[in-house]
Amino acid sequence: MSRITNTFAELRKRGRKALIPFVVAGDPSPTETVPLMHALVQAGADVLELGVPFSDPMADGPVIQRASERALAQHVRLRDVLEMVQVFRQTDDHTPVVLMGYLNPVEAMGYQTFARAAVVAGVDGVLTVDLPPEESEYLVAALHEVAIDPIFLLAPTSTPDRIAMIGKVASGFVYYVSLKGVTGAANLEIDTVNTKLAEVRRTIDLPIGVGFGVRDAPTAAAVAQVADAVVVGSALVSRIEQLASIPEVAAFVAELRAAMDGSGSSCATVR
Amino acid sequence: MLNANTLVDLCAMPDVRGHYGPYGGRFVAETLMAPLEELNAAYTRYRHDPAFQAELDADLAHYVGRPSPLYHAERLSRELGGAQIYLKREDLNHTGAHKVNNTVGQALLAKRMGKRRVIAETGAGQHGVATATVAARLGMECVVYMGEEDIRRQAINVYRMKLLGATVVPVTSGSRTLKDALNEAMRDWVTHVDDTFYIIGTVAGPHPYPAMVRDFQAIIGREARVQCLQQTGGLPNALIACVGGGSNAIGLFHPFLNDASVALYGVEASGDGISTGRHAAPLNAGRPGVLHGNRTYLMEDEDGQILETHSISAGLDYPGVGPEHAWLKDIGRALYVGATDTEALDAFHRLTRTEGILPALESAHAIAYAIRFAPTLPPDQTIVVNLSGRGDKDIHTVAAHEGITA
Repeated sequence: MSRITNTFAELRKRGRKALIPFVVAGDPSPTETVPLMHALVQAGADVLELGVPFSDPMADGPVIQRASERALAQHVRLRDVLEMVQVFRQTDDHTPVVLMGYLNPVEAMGYQTFARAAVVAGVDGVLTVDLPPEESEYLVAALHEVAIDPIFLLAPTSTPDRIAMIGKVASGFVYYVSLKGVTGAANLEIDTVNTKLAEVRRTIDLPIGVGFGVRDAPTAAAVAQVADAVVVGSALVSRIEQLASIPEVAAFVAELRAAMDGSGSSCATVR
Repeated sequence: MLNANTLVDLCAMPDVRGHYGPYGGRFVAETLMAPLEELNAAYTRYRHDPAFQAELDADLAHYVGRPSPLYHAERLSRELGGAQIYLKREDLNHTGAHKVNNTVGQALLAKRMGKRRVIAETGAGQHGVATATVAARLGMECVVYMGEEDIRRQAINVYRMKLLGATVVPVTSGSRTLKDALNEAMRDWVTHVDDTFYIIGTVAGPHPYPAMVRDFQAIIGREARVQCLQQTGGLPNALIACVGGGSNAIGLFHPFLNDASVALYGVEASGDGISTGRHAAPLNAGRPGVLHGNRTYLMEDEDGQILETHSISAGLDYPGVGPEHAWLKDIGRALYVGATDTEALDAFHRLTRTEGILPALESAHAIAYAIRFAPTLPPDQTIVVNLSGRGDKDIHTVAAHEGITA
């Protein structure tokens, strides 16, 4: 069983929802990423999403675009990201790490070379934003070979047919994009999300993480009521951009954790 | 009509999922997959709909001014002493370039799909102007994304778009050119996908864009084929067109793909020269990868990061190329060559002086290759060059390059 599946199983037993912070590898600097990852775990993160910088992050809003640019300005490449995961793994063997990025750096490295290097580094899941299931056959095969979970996006626009198609290729968890827009948009509507998640659950028997638009403790708490995992990216990355220290960023994550757990107990009857 | 050598219909691409061999496809985030399906369904339905075609034909005739002439550049041909050069005069279209063939078509589709807002990316500004033009005519809201660097280079087109009622949004991310404008337009589309139609200006992007834009641009080649037969009594020996994303080139080439006797030459921007690395020639010096929704040749570093490109012409300053060109290159049906900034500038002057036609700097790359290539053929052979746009927009660039302050 993968680290991701284990983690969600354990959380379910404890009646807790997963908190998944997203940071861009190499932002604000390559040396700070691994300490930041550990601090996020200590603050209550259950899974870490590590962004792989890309020159053309089409699905990202300005906050994560700029983070990507900062990392690239410091020459952070996919192989450096894998190295960061490897260093992180030396002292944390249980927290799942998901790489989130775009296809081209993976294409440039080669699917099999990437998959093998990723599993050696200790990567548990790979989410390639611009790789829909239709085009994913070869990368998914390469990831399956090394038991890494391919993570797929679902969106408000996903039709029943598409939800079924994604259910067939995804493992670990699925990531529901809460709104039509780019990362960091701020108009998440919890009722709409809830309705769509119910539709997804009829077809897909995997934990569902919800992201895009989770900006503070109240939204995190609200999302925790309806989803299995709360993904928070831009809100965190913008704090890093404003030169927050690692403890300050961790404190924000702890605040989200507390808000989610507060709601977690009260929503035990909702689910 | 089938290619005599291969007995394969080269016009049959793409497959149902938008693939041209290993290229093309649909590489976008999940949110855009269903809207692209919806677009594909609408396009598939209307492309064979007689009422849609009749409306499109009428617009192309009475609004765009088609057919565009095929002009025998006799003086230039005589000076070069080789093949006869014919210019397909897309510069004479309304708005001054081939871009309008496509925007008229996509706007009609947008109208039928009930969209009230159109968006576009633009490099040289020609596609932005062509989009703003059709939006004005149909009373649609129009937002055009344009790199800050291109806004500086193409000030006149920016003003034209504003006159037409469009909002021009400067893009300050990345290299601040066409590729970044495309990223930003995609971000707008994913955010306003319910009421917005994204009019992509070139034969790149996720399926069905490369096929749809090609089909709207193929009017160029269909006309050129008939005109060449009428004027010369035969098919041309070669076609030459500049290639940035590649819409004017595929528009000219496509109706000739199965004519094995017709050689196809796409001319990329070699910028300062391929060996300097400062160019925009992915088919000459790039490798396959995935960007902007399709797999194609890209200018990228060894880690898959997209490289900044350079060309004196904003419309060719793009690190990718349409996936059908990638496929035509691999199967050897078309040959992709390059012309430098200097060669393009020389060609700009030469055509202006010998024929009284100011070509766009993009089109000047095609002219530059024709100047090199025509003397290698005998005078009884025919070359058709796509004069994809007029050069008025580039006068300031040329003047600045030559140290003239107007």
